[in-house]
Amino acid sequence: MSKYHANRNLPVFMTIVVALMLTMMPLPDSMSAFRPDWVALIILFWAMTVPRSYGVGAAFITGIFVDVAQATLLGQYALALVVITYITVKSHLLIRVFPLPQLTATIFALLALYQFLLFWINGVAGVEAPAVSYWGPVITGTLIWPLLYSFMSNVRNRVQLGN
Amino acid sequence: MISSYKQNPARIPALGARAFALLLLSLLLMFLDHRDNHLDAVRNAISAAVYPMRIIVAAPVNFWAWASDLSKSKKELQTENSRLRAEILLTAARLQRLTSLEAENNRLRDFLEARRRVQDEVRVVTIMAVDANPFKHNIVLDLGSSQGVYAGQAIINADGIIGVVMEAGPLTSDAILISDPGHALLVEVNRNGLRTLAYGTGEFGRLDLPGLPNNADIRTGDLLVTSGLGGTFPSGYPVAVVDTVTRIPQDAFAEVTATPTAALDQMREVMLIWSAQHDEQATNDE
Repeated sequence: MSKYHANRNLPVFMTIVVALMLTMMPLPDSMSAFRPDWVALIILFWAMTVPRSYGVGAAFITGIFVDVAQATLLGQYALALVVITYITVKSHLLIRVFPLPQLTATIFALLALYQFLLFWINGVAGVEAPAVSYWGPVITGTLIWPLLYSFMSNVRNRVQLGN
Repeated sequence: MISSYKQNPARIPALGARAFALLLLSLLLMFLDHRDNHLDAVRNAISAAVYPMRIIVAAPVNFWAWASDLSKSKKELQTENSRLRAEILLTAARLQRLTSLEAENNRLRDFLEARRRVQDEVRVVTIMAVDANPFKHNIVLDLGSSQGVYAGQAIINADGIIGVVMEAGPLTSDAILISDPGHALLVEVNRNGLRTLAYGTGEFGRLDLPGLPNNADIRTGDLLVTSGLGGTFPSGYPVAVVDTVTRIPQDAFAEVTATPTAALDQMREVMLIWSAQHDEQATNDE
């Protein structure tokens, strides 16, 4: 049983690690504000396809890692990820039957909420940041979603996760 | 769990409760982290797990630098070599003057019975990563507390002050740049010793000096150096050059901006300063 689980966990774990590494990748200053939030996108994908195995718990742990990697307040990304993952898991049956354009619109809304939570926590903690660093990732994340979705569906079919 | 799945496929057991508990947990973590850095141990442990990922991510950049070194033609290397030779000669000549000036300075200070200015120990470190966090200007250095790095240590390069170490992990340390919006440092105008605070703005090329009254003696082109009175930075290192001075008659304060002398977004190596003051404190503590 445990081995079976480990085999199924590995692809998910790998995609999250790759997303974390893409987040830490050095980019030119002008481009880094438009870096899609890879971790949020990957977490949302797994939350809507295998909500029973990868829900709020996985989101929280991943969020803590993002917080350490980004040197933000410990718990900031964790909180934002838990909230959007909760919404996704709660409505995964609905989201899953959406056609791609509607799904992409949903992702846009979730990413906007995510950035708003980060913005709100930054505000309370007294961290100032230019506005582009909030809406940039929402736009690029939404634009990249259809591609990422088809790629990840491919990965999922190959490892036969979900239903 | 399987039976509940059959009854209602949309229901995931205790989802709301789990989400709520994790929400509270992250709020608690943020509260503790923001208050007093209670969670340094946790952060260090996780950052050790993140360390290999950092190395892998930095690898392409390092490889690129190495490959471009390899592929340089012989002629290019020769020109670079001769240029560097000339530079060394020039620097050595300047250094000679400096040594004699330093000796003279120490002699004069002896006359004044002032304390002899102790040379700060300096060590070159490589920047391992520039934190991708767009809210902050942070860098990661490849030395940690096991090599004697401590929080509050000043970082410079050949052109001036870069920033200060925030957290010293076991193998790496996080540092904040002077251009971070949350950073301020005590500077003085080199020309007349006027003291003020220089705040980071979130732009690499700009610092704000909001605390200067309209009649303050400051003009474009003035060099700002560290005053050494803040305790963190040793005195006399260049910080920035005043860029614009806007005096608005009805306002109490002038709007002054300055450009950091160091190119904060174009560096691979920086220097850590072990100030003599800190060493003294450390020995007193023991």
